[in-house]
Amino acid sequence: MSAPELLPWWVGLPVSLLLVLGGIVALTGCLGLLRLPSFYQRIHGPAITITLGTGCILIASMLYFSALQSRPVIHELLITLFVLLTAPMVSMLLMRAAVYRDQRKRRLPGEAPETGEIYPLSARPADKRAP
Amino acid sequence: MKRLLPSPLLSLVLLLTWLLLNQSVEPAQLLLGALLAVVAPLLSRPLQPHGYARIRRPLALLRLLSQASVEVLRSCFNVTRIILFARSEGLNSQFVRIPLDMKSPHGLAMLAAIINLTPGTVWVEILPESNELALHVFDLHDAQWWVDTVKRQYEQPLIEIFGG
Repeated sequence: MSAPELLPWWVGLPVSLLLVLGGIVALTGCLGLLRLPSFYQRIHGPAITITLGTGCILIASMLYFSALQSRPVIHELLITLFVLLTAPMVSMLLMRAAVYRDQRKRRLPGEAPETGEIYPLSARPADKRAP
Repeated sequence: MKRLLPSPLLSLVLLLTWLLLNQSVEPAQLLLGALLAVVAPLLSRPLQPHGYARIRRPLALLRLLSQASVEVLRSCFNVTRIILFARSEGLNSQFVRIPLDMKSPHGLAMLAAIINLTPGTVWVEILPESNELALHVFDLHDAQWWVDTVKRQYEQPLIEIFGG
């Protein structure tokens, strides 16, 4: 592979900007995972990593290798496709698992569910309860 | 033709996937890809209890996808802003019920994918007795706005595309 300084600046600039932006977005997603108090909030953090973060980095990769090899390199589209296919399933499964766990925990002490809300437990942060 | 290619779109996508994986358009790869595109949908047909989706309005699908991408980008910036700058005590994370008219499994699958890819919303389930969608929203301001948006922006086009 040849050195990056062979790239013209008008390719290097967008590539670096996209990489930095993608990195910042991915970091923000992880930060959300770290700081948000309840599971139902934490599940939203990685969603931005998946969409904007991966998107930026993959576009940067396509630009960089297309310019470097002087031919269109677009097989990164496959990564996009597979990520977009699998990520929604994972978040849905995690969400449902959490909801059913909370519903079962609630049922055990014999409390009657409050009416008017779908999942009344969600109002409280999950971490307040004993693990 | 119909028996050999139950879903032309799926076959086309498989062929393109194969060509992208191998990064070539040589005749040999085209032939292998075409073989895959014909055989794979036929073999996986029994795994699809509802049959392959029939897309009635491809243009409406493209318009929906571009709208959804814009929405995904917008939500990305919103969620980023909330994570970085907002205090987590002020966050109003809530479950919302959205009454749906759509019953088509393909349309619902598409809706689930779009909603889960949009940062800030996660699909929980369809409540079976009322055909209502339970949705979790990261920072809820106005539940009625969500009901209107999902119904107008996503459900209407999906009913046009996949049928009710």
